[in-house]
Amino acid sequence: MSIDTNLDTPQQESNAQRRTVRSRFGKLRNWTVLLLVPGIVLIIGFFGLPLGDVIIRSLSDPVWGIQNFQWLALSETNIAVAGRTFGTAFLVTVICLLLSYPYAYLMTICSERTRRLLTIFVMMPLWTSILVRTLAWMVLLQDSGPINDLLEYIGVGRLPLIRTTLGVALGMTQVLMPFMVLPLYSAMAKIDTRLLPAARSLGATPMTVFRTVYLPLSKPGIVAGSTTVFILGLGFYIIPSLLGSPRESMMATLIQQQIGGFLQWGHGAAMGIALLVVTVATLTVATRLAKGASIVPGVQR
Amino acid sequence: MKLKAILGVLAVFIVLWLTLPTLVIIPISFNSAPSFDFPPKDFSLRWYENFFTDPAWLRSLGVTVQVALLTTFVATISGVAAALGLSKVNFRGKSIIENLFLAPLIVPGIVLAIGMYSIFLRFGMLGTLFGFVAAHTVLALPLVIMNVAASLQGMDPKLQHASASLGAPPITTFFRVTLPLIAPGVSAGALFAFVTSFDEVILSLFIQTPALQTLPVKIYRSVTQDTDPTVAAVAVIMMTISIILILATQFFSRRKKARS
Repeated sequence: MSIDTNLDTPQQESNAQRRTVRSRFGKLRNWTVLLLVPGIVLIIGFFGLPLGDVIIRSLSDPVWGIQNFQWLALSETNIAVAGRTFGTAFLVTVICLLLSYPYAYLMTICSERTRRLLTIFVMMPLWTSILVRTLAWMVLLQDSGPINDLLEYIGVGRLPLIRTTLGVALGMTQVLMPFMVLPLYSAMAKIDTRLLPAARSLGATPMTVFRTVYLPLSKPGIVAGSTTVFILGLGFYIIPSLLGSPRESMMATLIQQQIGGFLQWGHGAAMGIALLVVTVATLTVATRLAKGASIVPGVQR
Repeated sequence: MKLKAILGVLAVFIVLWLTLPTLVIIPISFNSAPSFDFPPKDFSLRWYENFFTDPAWLRSLGVTVQVALLTTFVATISGVAAALGLSKVNFRGKSIIENLFLAPLIVPGIVLAIGMYSIFLRFGMLGTLFGFVAAHTVLALPLVIMNVAASLQGMDPKLQHASASLGAPPITTFFRVTLPLIAPGVSAGALFAFVTSFDEVILSLFIQTPALQTLPVKIYRSVTQDTDPTVAAVAVIMMTISIILILATQFFSRRKKARS
């Protein structure tokens, strides 16, 4: 028995060693890199190629040059549409933040059971198709819809809601709110709550505690949530085209119109590139601000 | 404690605002009149009957499910492979590849849509099953990778080393050790992939042809062209499918917890 063990052990060790060495430097490594191939092929073929095509079209359609970007910058309509797009995305971001902040805070101080419920309710919209929700808003906001019935009943009178920027903002806020609540909650859950009574005991008023302790500590969540909502809001297409009016269109709708309606590939592509550049720039600035907190939007709309 | 009460009331309003508006679609779908009037005056099932007897609606439901299943399959396999690959290797430029994988989440849908339209136009891929699956997979892939990567991060790498040192080839280690441990991440990723494809509108609008349309495209077309309440019935059916999917995941995750 003892001889067996003596003979066996070194052999096993060397085998194990050889295997480790091989897996660390040789075969396994090469083999593992191959795992990335299908994903990279898909991304290059169906993401890189289309995006590259948009860039080339913006600079070459109908002839090479920057005339498409000149058209973009010099047309008053385009400036107005861009302004409206940024304004709406910004407004939606602010409303989402104002509503989500107390909601997320409540999630950090309530019981486990309530927290689970609050999480489910905020996630639920994500599980319903954006088209279904937009259709519902169309019903609610229409001129003879229930909201207008209610407004008339309480004496405000009927208001134009559908085909206005207000209607678009309402629909967008509801769709984008989960993207604000979730990062806010995860930032707030990390805050050491012992700091708050500590600040109070040193004589700070509740308002001062909030402003100088809690708010700065929740900043990563504010930055991450606001960025996600803002950049998703910039690219919205379905809601503005169904709840908005053609006369108050947003950039995504205009891009579709240039290509689908007027076959102006260069114009549409240039506008798309402008939208993309603003999105990436916003994201870059926000990543700096958030210092390490990851900003990755969820399901894209 | 007064603050908590105020917050509670506010939260109730937010919850109502998040959930109630969508529900108006349910009574509309049972409306007997051909309109979107709310509240409806009489109830009928005619819009559901319309949906289930109209070959065009049924075909688009079939296409949607087919595309979603294929997308889930392709995105899950390539996504798990990619997440595994990223977790094992370290090389210069790795972060570039990671960002490349996540980029489809950041690029505005409309920009990707016009690019795909252009490419698909050139290669005759408009309105093809292959085109739909490829387009949807690009959107679903980041979600699979994110979910699987999160699971892999929570896993003890010593378990894989132990398996390898006991002589298991990498394939055996993957199926016997790694996959069972990251199963929650994989199934969450697969589910996100399915829902992403099932609900996707913008890309589908650009790459569809009248011969091959997904359900969301058909809903969009119907909403923009006429006021046929059949879309309300379709919307309720889509909502029901989503709810069944969530309940299924809740059920599975709860069973897993109970077992461990």
